[in-house]
Amino acid sequence: MTAVNLVEIAEKARQRIAGINYRVLICAGTGCIASGSKAVYEEFIRLTGAIPGIDAVVMTDDGCGSGVCDGGTGGPKSNGAVKSKEATSIFGTAVVSKTGCHGLCQKGPLVTVQPLAAGAEEIFYCHVTAEDVTEIVGEWIRSGNPVERLLYRDPNNGHTFRNSREIPFYTKQKRISLVDCGHIEPESIDEYIMRGGYAAAWRVITQMAPAQVCDEVAASGLRGRGGAGFSTGKKWQFALAVKGDIKYIVCNGDEGDPGAFMDRSIMEGDPHRVLEGAIIAAFASGASHGYFYIRSEYPLALERMQKAIDGARKAGLLGKGLFGSSFNFECEVVEGAGAFVCGEETALLASIEGQRGMPRPKPPFPAQSGLFGKPTVVNNVETLATVRDVIERGAAEFKKHGTPQSPGTKTFALTGRILNTGLIEVPLGTTLNEIVYEIGGGIPDGRNFKAVQIGGPSGGCLGAEHINMPLDFENLAQVGAMVGSGGIVVLDDTTCIVEVARFFMEFTQHESCGKCIPCREGTKQMLAILQDIVDGKSQPGDLELLEETAKVVKTASLCALGKTAPNPVISTLKLFRSEYLAHIDRRYCPAGVCVALKTYTIDPSLCNGCHRCSMKCPVGAIEGEKREAHRIDVTKCTKCGICASLCKFEAIAAV
Amino acid sequence: MKSTLTSKPPEVRRFQKVNEILDNFGNNPARLIAILQSVQEEYRYLPEPVLSYIATSLSVPRARVFGVATFYAHFSLEPKGKYIIRVCDGTACHVNRSQSLLDLIEKRLKLNNKKSTTDDMLFTLEKVSCLGACGLAPVVVINDRVYGQVNTDKLGQVLDGILLEEERRGTGEIE
Repeated sequence: MTAVNLVEIAEKARQRIAGINYRVLICAGTGCIASGSKAVYEEFIRLTGAIPGIDAVVMTDDGCGSGVCDGGTGGPKSNGAVKSKEATSIFGTAVVSKTGCHGLCQKGPLVTVQPLAAGAEEIFYCHVTAEDVTEIVGEWIRSGNPVERLLYRDPNNGHTFRNSREIPFYTKQKRISLVDCGHIEPESIDEYIMRGGYAAAWRVITQMAPAQVCDEVAASGLRGRGGAGFSTGKKWQFALAVKGDIKYIVCNGDEGDPGAFMDRSIMEGDPHRVLEGAIIAAFASGASHGYFYIRSEYPLALERMQKAIDGARKAGLLGKGLFGSSFNFECEVVEGAGAFVCGEETALLASIEGQRGMPRPKPPFPAQSGLFGKPTVVNNVETLATVRDVIERGAAEFKKHGTPQSPGTKTFALTGRILNTGLIEVPLGTTLNEIVYEIGGGIPDGRNFKAVQIGGPSGGCLGAEHINMPLDFENLAQVGAMVGSGGIVVLDDTTCIVEVARFFMEFTQHESCGKCIPCREGTKQMLAILQDIVDGKSQPGDLELLEETAKVVKTASLCALGKTAPNPVISTLKLFRSEYLAHIDRRYCPAGVCVALKTYTIDPSLCNGCHRCSMKCPVGAIEGEKREAHRIDVTKCTKCGICASLCKFEAIAAV
Repeated sequence: MKSTLTSKPPEVRRFQKVNEILDNFGNNPARLIAILQSVQEEYRYLPEPVLSYIATSLSVPRARVFGVATFYAHFSLEPKGKYIIRVCDGTACHVNRSQSLLDLIEKRLKLNNKKSTTDDMLFTLEKVSCLGACGLAPVVVINDRVYGQVNTDKLGQVLDGILLEEERRGTGEIE
């Protein structure tokens, strides 16, 4: 097989887009699609006659690549584009591209208008609807100015920004694995190659020995981004050292942590980067076959990853004798079937083998005996997406970001009670303060910061006292939390911490596979105790019992799911013990969330005695004369809340 | 065994489609999950006689097939409704009050913990852990369509829209 010529592919792609004047990037991540970005995409094409995607640009006869589209299936000529003379003269040749996630999903659909001429300014639009497209295009033709009302507006001071790079949400970030997410077409292998893609794989395969690659990655200090934070280079070294006729590389895309979606975004936005990482990992560890295990809740990630693999195979980047070497590599996508525990590596391997996804004791580690009993490397999606950068810039450069023990950057999914929800990438060691206030824009509705929950059901909570703590693997482990997959859920003072702990326990209890008793029974008992606390049925001594059970589950469970399941409880007990005690001793929920602990009262200064509530109370707990303030008999009240929803004077409140 | 043989619904008596699926995956027991996924796509659930048939065809114990089919959340041994409403109850959705959406659907469609499909087989309600669209919390997915930043009003309108469409379809107004 002839070796792939990356330079040639890149050069051809460059020539093809040389004649393009404008590029309109429309986010087509899951978030923006849900907000209607597909209609925006179609409207841009309909209105401007732009070419759908850079792969649809064809060379003209003179070879200068002026980019006249011959239609194809979705080209401007075949779809009856209303292409006005003005639009043509202003736009020249424009391309509309579907990209992956920009990270700022809440403001979607996101559109970036990018003039390709030197020195021209790009414009970033938020919340764009199909109806807005006419205005964007019209304004552009008339004055060349952006549509002010669609620009990003700082939620705190109302300042608008034209360029995404100036927005505080982005300026504070350092994007390495997400660098091209939202800026390239994930379905175009040519664009990926044009931007330097697969050059790292080429260099590794043609110019380095597997051991050298392992050493370089080990020297970079790159640690697994999926949770445990084990050294990626060392993992490859172990697998390389094991003798075996066949070895496997498995990419763990079973991102089950509620509140984390970085792996989905990377696979949707830049799938070739993940695939290139897998090729490098396979070469370094001596694997010849790869699996991408992706959860079925991510249909778009499954589709784009499959397309990337097909595209790479067609281009000669998968198969036998890559780049003219003797290295062979093939891979395939495996769809998960909805089991959180399959994020655990041994359970994941069992699932690929067609078994129930149950973990098994380690050792033997997968690097010694993994998939089908063969040496196997399991790497997380984000880890593999980082590998290209490590090879390209070298270990020393990579270490310039982050802390000495936790070098590099980490993506976090920032959600919950925060103004800018979305996907961010920051150097490890960034403080919570910077993440929540500078990038996240703070807490909405003027509420107060209470805590963040980090690392999902395996992680813990950080309170106001940790706001200046640098977030890295060590610091987080020390306070009983973990980086985990990187979900950061911000909680404000309207969130009940006990209810959050109960929520996570319900999740892990439900997802416990049932193989080992400490996890199966222990989580059940812990959940029962927490349920009693929020239901107001707890007894003195419950907290001690909860702590004792937590200790057993943590110590004796078989896999990481069980070992980390008590973390949310332990860390909240440490930080918010008084809130637990308020529930138990005083039957009071300080956040006013736990229904069973609420007491409805009528404010006599607001009540005018209209009888509306007392007539509708199903248990007759409200009494009072007409036109006089009413009262609620707490001994009769069932806390159904009907009275509060009926009161027109906001006189009834639950506290 | 006898009861399964006699109670087979007519549509599963013919295993031709199952045979095709099994052939596509080379009758390989390691591909059991993919096989079950394809079968479920075909029948919308996993009928018990089909599971037994798969076990025999792959020469694996029935317990292995049933074990896998009941382990994973996506497999259903019960028929599902035409519209599968998945309400995300991941952390971000939970703190953004997804419970109120679940309450609304249960009330409107007369469903509860034990009953997840409506009698007319139109709707199935599922509470799912995380759909990975946390930036748009709370999220509801109906079949393949994702609805973001949903509140009870918006959800009510979506349900109204589906019910109206079904009604018109029932009267033959639309196909």
